[in-house]
Amino acid sequence: MANAAPATTLPQTRDPAWLGRVFWFGAALALLWPMAVATEFKPWLLFAPESVEATLRFGASFFPPALGSEFLALVARETWRTVAIATAGISLALLIAVPLALASTRVLSISALPGRMAAGPFVLRQALRWLLIALRSMPELVWALVFVRVVGLGPTAGVLAIALTYGGMLGKVYGEILESGEPQAAQALLRNGAGRLQAFCYAVLPANAAELVSYTVYRWECAIRSSVVLGFVGAGGLGQQLDNSTKMFAGGEVATMLLVFMLLVALADRTSAWFRRSLG
Amino acid sequence: MRLDFDAASARHPAARASAPAALEALTLSVARGEQLAVIGPSGAGKTTLLHLAAAALRPGAGSVRIDGRQPWDLPTGELQRLRGHLFLAPQVPPLPPRQRVVTAVLAARLAGQSLRSSLRSLLYPTDIPGAEAALARFDIADKLFERVDRLSGGERQRVGLARALLSRASLWLIDEPLSALDPTRARQAIAALVDEAASRSVTLVASLHQVDVALERFPRIVGLRAGRLAFDLPAREVTRELLAALYGSEFDQLDAPLAAPAGFDAPTEAPVAALGCR
Repeated sequence: MANAAPATTLPQTRDPAWLGRVFWFGAALALLWPMAVATEFKPWLLFAPESVEATLRFGASFFPPALGSEFLALVARETWRTVAIATAGISLALLIAVPLALASTRVLSISALPGRMAAGPFVLRQALRWLLIALRSMPELVWALVFVRVVGLGPTAGVLAIALTYGGMLGKVYGEILESGEPQAAQALLRNGAGRLQAFCYAVLPANAAELVSYTVYRWECAIRSSVVLGFVGAGGLGQQLDNSTKMFAGGEVATMLLVFMLLVALADRTSAWFRRSLG
Repeated sequence: MRLDFDAASARHPAARASAPAALEALTLSVARGEQLAVIGPSGAGKTTLLHLAAAALRPGAGSVRIDGRQPWDLPTGELQRLRGHLFLAPQVPPLPPRQRVVTAVLAARLAGQSLRSSLRSLLYPTDIPGAEAALARFDIADKLFERVDRLSGGERQRVGLARALLSRASLWLIDEPLSALDPTRARQAIAALVDEAASRSVTLVASLHQVDVALERFPRIVGLRAGRLAFDLPAREVTRELLAALYGSEFDQLDAPLAAPAGFDAPTEAPVAALGCR
């Protein structure tokens, strides 16, 4: 027994996890170094005199923000269009994501109840996961370039691009949120003969509603930002105006539009917090 | 519903292949409308027995027949329909914390209900009087519109049991229904289950840690030890010696006024859950 001879054994005062921590810290450094080299990571260039001067000149041109009534009306119109692009895109993305997430999640598997999922359902779920990967691995910018060719310049291309990429992202994360919760409630209903959709509505959804909604609102916020980038390739909205103003070196106009973006993001943040409170 | 175990063995799905089976070559028959208590020390295989009976776990060897049918030979749709006639209540009530009690209880009706009417019931509960009556049997009707996470552990357990009364099942498999209840509530809960099962001629199999409750309320007792059947006797033939052998060293914790081995008939005022080994 270990306690038989306490006088001869020294008490263990060293943390046995210490060596492991040192190793992993070193390993992380060794991995990061080649990446810093590959990306020509030289942060000190930011503080070279010519860089600082260029930065200051660019920053100074932002002031004062453009506040002409005609320009503000234009910004309001384009803001509305941007919100519409993001909302329509997310709504279409939900049409893709919700069925795929429901079909690919393990929690709602009847064949997995006694332990292992059967081969057929397993293959089907994997196939749907691959479809989600394919959808989101193509950046929305690429989809937008494709759709601008197909449906022409304008918001439709932006909506479709957001719908496809975000459908893939939402589907994947929804599936993960559903699987991360406690499975017992859903299992109990399935074991007592309920159907998959019934188990989803009565067990999985009430347990995860707050997370699902908050992630969706966050994605809506991302879609707003994304629609700016899409505007640069002609998909309409505030982004297209931002592109025009940048090209004409109208710093004041750029500043106004950036402020509008900050407001939109803050709004999304508040909405998400409110949903979490009321559903949590 | 009738249950037939024929040399059924099973292990937990996550267990290693080398681990001993949770239930070993169990042969047991339960007739329609019969009431049966399964007792035994922790880890004896009580939950596994219930899971096998509920077609929630596939036997590794031997067979389990439910109403003469082998559930694992059935196609998935047919198996789900059969499961709709069974009700398995896990020890920890599986209730989503953010759900209201009325919804959680009415979820027992989902089997055999169309998706459309289950969705409508989410919008406005379809059978509020039914849910209220079921909860009233366990004395928690006042919590009908409360959220599950506002309930105490014992209240949640009683909500989980009230589900059984609403299900259309003809076989109730109840795992440790009294683990979170005080003696009075435990007496009330077991009475509700036993009486309702009898009046609907539902087959009732319950695993219990409270040996005195089992002996008092159930006509037939199955003792499990280390995954094997230790005894299967009418309650009045279960002796103190059998229980001592069943629980082994744990038996000291079960010190309770066990009356004469035969014809055990506890006075109704006696504390019921005093025997619970915790």
